Amino acid sequence: MVEPHTAVPVDPAARAGYLAPPPRMGFFTDTSLCIGCKACEVACKEWNLVPGSGLDLLGMSYDNTGALTANSWRHVAFVEQPRPVGWQTTAPLAGLPTGPPAAPTTAGVGGAVAPEQGTLPGVVPASDAAPAARMADGAAFPGTPGTPPSGSGDRGRRAELRWLMMSDVCKHCTEAACLDVCPTGALFRTEFGTVVVQEDICNGCGYCIPACPYGVIDQRRGDGRAWKCTLCYDRIRVGRTPACAQACPTESIQYGELDDLRRRARARVERLHADGVTEARLYGHDPNDGVGGDGAFFLLLDEPEVYGLPPDPVVTTRDLPRMWRRAAVAALAMAVATVTAFLGRAR
Amino acid sequence: MTGAGRMLPGEPAGERFRRLGDRLDHPNGGGRRRGVRRDGGPYPGRVGDAPAPVPPATFASYYGRPILKAPVWRYDIPAYLFCGGLAAGSALLAAGADLTGHDALRRATRIVGLGALGAGTYFLINDLGRPARFHHMLRVAKPTSPMSVGTWILACFGPSAGVAAVTELAPLLPRHGVSGLLGRLVPRVGRAAGLVSAAVAPAVATYTGVLLADTAVPSWHDAYPGLPTLFAGGALVAGAGAALVTTPTGQAGPARRLAVAGAVLERLAARRISRMGLTAEPYRRGHAGRLLRAGRLLLAAGTAGALLGRRSRAVSVLSGAALLASSALVRFGVFAAGVASARDPRYTVLPQRERLARRRAEAGPPRDGAARPTP
Repeated sequence: MVEPHTAVPVDPAARAGYLAPPPRMGFFTDTSLCIGCKACEVACKEWNLVPGSGLDLLGMSYDNTGALTANSWRHVAFVEQPRPVGWQTTAPLAGLPTGPPAAPTTAGVGGAVAPEQGTLPGVVPASDAAPAARMADGAAFPGTPGTPPSGSGDRGRRAELRWLMMSDVCKHCTEAACLDVCPTGALFRTEFGTVVVQEDICNGCGYCIPACPYGVIDQRRGDGRAWKCTLCYDRIRVGRTPACAQACPTESIQYGELDDLRRRARARVERLHADGVTEARLYGHDPNDGVGGDGAFFLLLDEPEVYGLPPDPVVTTRDLPRMWRRAAVAALAMAVATVTAFLGRAR
Repeated sequence: MTGAGRMLPGEPAGERFRRLGDRLDHPNGGGRRRGVRRDGGPYPGRVGDAPAPVPPATFASYYGRPILKAPVWRYDIPAYLFCGGLAAGSALLAAGADLTGHDALRRATRIVGLGALGAGTYFLINDLGRPARFHHMLRVAKPTSPMSVGTWILACFGPSAGVAAVTELAPLLPRHGVSGLLGRLVPRVGRAAGLVSAAVAPAVATYTGVLLADTAVPSWHDAYPGLPTLFAGGALVAGAGAALVTTPTGQAGPARRLAVAGAVLERLAARRISRMGLTAEPYRRGHAGRLLRAGRLLLAAGTAGALLGRRSRAVSVLSGAALLASSALVRFGVFAAGVASARDPRYTVLPQRERLARRRAEAGPPRDGAARPTP
């Protein structure tokens, strides 16, 4: 079990040594408002001069970006499921085809596509079609309240379906593994509590990439360096809103002081529950979680893994003192073994 | 047969056998206290005191794609792991040989060590996305980054091992005059440098275990209790193997004993890793499984050859080569297992789901209405 690391929410900027830092800034991405327009992806690329990632059609859904990569710092996930949102039902529309929505098999086939997007490891294909099918089935966790049995939405007329859309981004963790393991100091904590890579320092060692529990940071092919969302450090320093939040037409992406965003998020969940959308839940908002809470957190309408998020991420460096103790014991064993090997001769 | 005599009164027949069976089924391998942290929690990948629940077979993932990003390291990194281990094992043997008067063993191991160090440094720099910026590693010293710690360990180890190897050239100096004086001084410098490198060598061999474990890669992170020991054993095996290849049989005695010690350490650690639950699976499957099985066979053959062939130079060379190959295969196997575990969302989602379920069971009904859906 993972013990809560800190009882009180810590300000990562103050811990990093800033004297009287400004309030911690972050994103609250409310997926119940997302319409999947991808304005955030485009605005991010334009403002940050992120290279294009090709014009591949992944064939899995309206998502042709696939994942967060060095060349996509926002990624709009898209999932179609045969269940309604909350208590809503769709009236049959005359003349329109009936039958089930996107089949689980389609999702499985789409997940096997591996487009080249100029990054490493980039968008990696699924090794197994079953998890994709369960994602599209919408009933991966039969115990979850509000989850109808698979296929029950189709009552001989137009099928029930819902679209899940979520604009994913770097989480700017309170305890950031990428930052902890960076051996050059290229990754640093800003005064706003965000985590940024300095492109003139990064030497492409690649350690941050497997360290990230969310699989966010990625290496740009040819360039060799690691890249990710900076929470528009250049914009927020002069009091502007990050490009993605500025471009979002539905305020699904909200930027602001983290404490304020957390209050807003709680109110929104309560409102949604009251409206019958009982599957709404927050993700990454809790300062007692495995990464000390995220600077960019989410309101989700299904389990995190359906959106490609880990259900219970833990910063790997939490176990580091124990790891060093193990290494010390192993090193001691080596020394003892060597001394014994030579003493055996002397006797 | 023996159980019947020690049966407790009133105990149903077969009860002790059933208990033994239950303990063997335990993910912990039957230990009562092992596998439990001092703070009471189980090690990662373990599932507490209850017998391992069958992991839920079903999980969802976004189009089945991996949640984590697999390491982008190429085969330079496992090659470095091997070379670094070889250099460390050689440095330990060289220092021991120097102090006990095994001149041929000392000379061979110092030179092998320098070669391995050079190759390892090349692999490390070659794997960088920006090799010309390798010196950026020296900007900072960060205890939270095993790679930074390793950089500084290598910065201590490299020069001392290099100086020790270079002093082996002393016999080439003329015997008279200033250079003769130098020639008499040089072995002392070599001994001092060799002792420094031997003092740092165990750190060189074991920090790499922490380097791999300190990632989100499930099969590496969960293996943190075993990886440093696995690499420590592998370093001794590689150093001893190289010594068996390069040293006459008369002076290879310490190397034979060190090969056995290394093999024992490596197998103990490998057994520990194989018991850690779901995330041990990638170490048995596919490419990684094949590499590790081949490594295990070569380790057995090489250790047996090292023990039995002490009179034969040919058998010694062969068994030394087997030990070297085994050490290399194990590094490549561990590397491949980690990459495979990061590429399959199964090893990310299932252990985390289990952890969540356990925590929720311990905490009772949810208190924070915002965090959980309320029916």
